[in-house]
Amino acid sequence: MKGRINVNSIPSEVDLSLIKPKRKRWGRVKRDYELYLFLLPIIILYLVFKYYPMYGVQIAFKDFLPSQGIWGSEWVGFKHFIDFFNSYNFWTIMKNTLSLSLLSLLFGFPAPIIIAIMLNQMLGKSYKKFLQTVIYAPHFISTVVLVGMLNVFLSPNSGIVNHLITWLGGNPVLFMADAGWFRPLYILSGIWQETGFATIIYLAALAGVNPELHEAATMDGANKWKRILNVDIPSILPTIVILLILALGNIMSIGFEKAFLMQSDLNYATSNIIPTYVYEMGIQKAQYSFSTAVGLFNSLINIILIFTVNRIAKKLTETSLW
Amino acid sequence: MNQLLKRKSRGDVWFDVINYVLLTKIMLLVLFPLYFVLIASFSDPNYIYSGEVWLFPKGFTLDGYERIFNDSSIWIGYANSITYATLGTLIGVAVTVFAAYPLARRDLAGKSVIMWFLLVTMFFSGGLIPTYLLIKDLHMLNTMWALVIPGAGGVFNVIIVRTFFQSSIPDEMWEAASIDGCSNTRFFWSIVLPLSKSILAVMVLYHVVGFWNGFFDALIYLNDENKYPLQLVLRNILIQNQVNSGMMIDVESYAAKMRVTELIKYGVIMVSSLPLLILYPFLQKYFVKGVMIGSIKG
Repeated sequence: MKGRINVNSIPSEVDLSLIKPKRKRWGRVKRDYELYLFLLPIIILYLVFKYYPMYGVQIAFKDFLPSQGIWGSEWVGFKHFIDFFNSYNFWTIMKNTLSLSLLSLLFGFPAPIIIAIMLNQMLGKSYKKFLQTVIYAPHFISTVVLVGMLNVFLSPNSGIVNHLITWLGGNPVLFMADAGWFRPLYILSGIWQETGFATIIYLAALAGVNPELHEAATMDGANKWKRILNVDIPSILPTIVILLILALGNIMSIGFEKAFLMQSDLNYATSNIIPTYVYEMGIQKAQYSFSTAVGLFNSLINIILIFTVNRIAKKLTETSLW
Repeated sequence: MNQLLKRKSRGDVWFDVINYVLLTKIMLLVLFPLYFVLIASFSDPNYIYSGEVWLFPKGFTLDGYERIFNDSSIWIGYANSITYATLGTLIGVAVTVFAAYPLARRDLAGKSVIMWFLLVTMFFSGGLIPTYLLIKDLHMLNTMWALVIPGAGGVFNVIIVRTFFQSSIPDEMWEAASIDGCSNTRFFWSIVLPLSKSILAVMVLYHVVGFWNGFFDALIYLNDENKYPLQLVLRNILIQNQVNSGMMIDVESYAAKMRVTELIKYGVIMVSSLPLLILYPFLQKYFVKGVMIGSIKG
């Protein structure tokens, strides 16, 4: 109702409700011009480096020739998509991508929840802090170093793992060169690296659980185990749902870097996933249009997934991203 | 905590015992690989090869480190990574903080439009190839600008900083200042920034870690080895087994070469990870704070 002050200066026939907000808005824009200047760098950056590539996505429907440019190249419709669907390795790539991400999610997602609940039950403060410091640490190791560590630990003749296997009476295993070992290694190393750090959010959520709920449950004779099941877990459920939606939305864009670094001709049968395929076809073989089509197909599945999961979550738990 | 909660049943005592034992085991499992790299980097490679190094370094040697310190590619990588991290952090943090403040203001006209303009890129992007072609057309290939500019101002970081501003700089503060004739810019420099040191620290850390550990942009956009960041140099050594001939001076037989290569690998893992692993316990509280601020609102 602040706009009322100016009413006298406006002719009475004009519908006030239409004009007022507009005037107010322009006044605010003028007053805050500095704030828009603050926003200018990010807007320019996004227009150039995020939105212009979206315009470039049209080469997925064209036969892109660098000499013709994005706009000048010839339209070919869905040719590249159809080529991809019909290519001999389409189903292998789909299966590899989906199984790698679903299995990572299945084993990786519950791990931080369990560890956070266990840490939350610890009484000794300094020991708890020490434990946290140690289990967060691998997060700060780069992907290159992580894969490098896998290489040296799993080396058939000098690695510590194979030393242990032979010491126990087994035969050395060629872990890094075995397609069957790609997924377990990818998932286990991922759990080792990220579980600790991922507990931070759950620990924060657990710290916010109302202590009265615990007191009431104790009065009713609930032991620690029962209080975890009936108080802690229901209390952090919204956090779990939000993180699950985000994780599911990223299911098709799983860690390209690690898969790429772990990939070799020897484990290609299971390590060839959509993101590495996009890199291989696009950057290494310069098939720009085809590679863009594969990438676009990938992000469409992603978008569909995140919207579907968000809707389901909204219905079931009344928690959602938006 | 309440007295009542401290009273334990026998089941609770068992729970605590099992909990401590399991967590200790998990901690050792996480720690051991890191510890092993450390002791292996100081051990005689012959003992590593025969599997005699388990808990303590055996046949103590600094040979691996000597070879690494005498190799120029590692140092070029180090210098490049420091340059990229410094420049990238400056640009990235500046863009993020400047964008986050206006978006934190409740009275900014057109705020939701700008927010959506940023958020859309989380769900949909041009993808690898259109972005690559753009960088190529802008003649940014094989320059460090390709590494430090395109990714500046990530949506998640903007949201984290915005949330921080919203919860720690109340609107009343700006209203009072503006009545006294304070401009937006002045308010930002003399009130907002000094009150936001902790979130600035968090952003600096996020960016430094990101730049220090990143390799993918460099892999795609750089082809001059003198511009390689440390992680690309490491990739050549650790994953592609391309140990520089300079590191292999005086190694005669093939078997000895293999062993020295392994020793060098343990050494470079330490040399490259050490800066962050040493800093990290001191920085831990900032990281934890950063993740928690970010988790309050999605």
